[in-house]
Amino acid sequence: MPGTDRAMDADIRLRVDGELHELTVDTRTTLLDLLRERLGNTSPKKGCDHGQCGACTVLLDGERALLCLALAVSHDGAEITTADGLAPEGELHPVQQAFLDHDAFQCGYCTPGQVCSAVGVLSEVDRGWPSHATRDLTAAPELSTDEVSERMSGNLCRCAAYAHITPAVQQAGGAR
Amino acid sequence: MKPFAYARPSDVAEAVREVAAEPNAVFLGGGTNLVDHLKLGVARPDLVVDVRTLTSREITDTGDGGLLVGAAVSNSELAADRRVRERWPVLTQALLAGANGQLRNLATVGGNPLQRTRCVYFQDVTTACNKRAPGSGCSAIGGYTRYHAILGASEQCIATHPSDMAVALTALDAVVHTEGPRGARTIPFGELHRLPGDDPSRDTVLEHGELVTAVELPPLEMARRSTYRKVRDRASYAFALVSVAAAVDLADDGTVRDARVALGGVAHTPWRATRAEEVLRGRRLTDDTARAAAEAELADAVPQPGIDGGNAFKVPLVARTLTAALRILTGREG
Repeated sequence: MPGTDRAMDADIRLRVDGELHELTVDTRTTLLDLLRERLGNTSPKKGCDHGQCGACTVLLDGERALLCLALAVSHDGAEITTADGLAPEGELHPVQQAFLDHDAFQCGYCTPGQVCSAVGVLSEVDRGWPSHATRDLTAAPELSTDEVSERMSGNLCRCAAYAHITPAVQQAGGAR
Repeated sequence: MKPFAYARPSDVAEAVREVAAEPNAVFLGGGTNLVDHLKLGVARPDLVVDVRTLTSREITDTGDGGLLVGAAVSNSELAADRRVRERWPVLTQALLAGANGQLRNLATVGGNPLQRTRCVYFQDVTTACNKRAPGSGCSAIGGYTRYHAILGASEQCIATHPSDMAVALTALDAVVHTEGPRGARTIPFGELHRLPGDDPSRDTVLEHGELVTAVELPPLEMARRSTYRKVRDRASYAFALVSVAAAVDLADDGTVRDARVALGGVAHTPWRATRAEEVLRGRRLTDDTARAAAEAELADAVPQPGIDGGNAFKVPLVARTLTAALRILTGREG
């Protein structure tokens, strides 16, 4: 069979929440499975595993991204920050505090992904990135309800806590 | 997931050689579509050749008022580029109408136009599909057809192309730069994708082993007055039922000197609406003109019946969406 003379596993290095890991992985392993099954980091959740729910959102090399659609071998050398890593000394990140202040969750399953996505959103807004809700593409975007809802649309919440999540993100944005 | 070997070549030439030499090899870019297909069993490669960081991640001025966008530039980076926002707003809007922030950060300019249809039957390996398993039949015909084609379909396949960015690039006369086993070439964006005909397994004219290395945006003054209008089943994070990318060059009296129109969600390719453009040229831009343009474009439309009620709704929806897009471009947005 063609291709069978090649290795089906690979050595990679990853920094996850500040800690360096050197691992040999099956080429099929997603970063999500790697974190959860190999590193015991269950902060990113496996909701749909198909890029449809956002529960596995983390900061990947500084930008929010889905771990379920990222092959570990393709991200050799990456730096990952999970929601857990946002509070390294137990002191909450402003986004995490805002979620608490606004009771922005019910069951909490989607929350780590929501929090990481919100951190990414605020960084993108800081850099002036427009969204589908931005009327003037050349102006600095505002953290209106429409803007936050649009920018957070990749994070589903089956408890439908959106009415609290949106103001939490706005508060965290104002608190920067 | 079927086991596969993985290679990360050090340059484009090596990547091309690796894929060309292995009939069942694929390129991996951002992975947002391919990795899902690996899980679903839609893609079953023996070899995955990673080009995610191989091509350029730069957006450079071409010197004639255009831009050369490296294939590894993310959808997010391209959408946020200030030159694109000012000179090709339709492209920024199309990019931002697609997927979500997390996916746009992973997805690449080279990979986005090559993503595959979201036809539910194509993605379900338990059903017949001529695109996924040539000769097995088409489960979509007479099935759920809400997201399927009304233009250019065949008896083998009625799937639509899912990319929003590709609709804008079609309207903007973008040019695809590739490197393949037979060397480098450029392909007009409007010729990159192909209609299904009797071989729906091939989405594009690219050869096996041919890699997209960059997308060129030629200068187009009228693109400063351009917009992307997308209609979908929810307000965000959904594929288009119908979309319109439009740019117009208006004379002072409101007459259309020139126009670019492309449609999404209606065909196997992003659909360049040349008949609509012809109707628009030389006329004043009114709702009646817009409707006449849509009518001309859809003269040969063949809506699909379906167990979900079919997709005949797309014919009037294209007309209304084009009308709305042209209203925006003339400041008549209501």
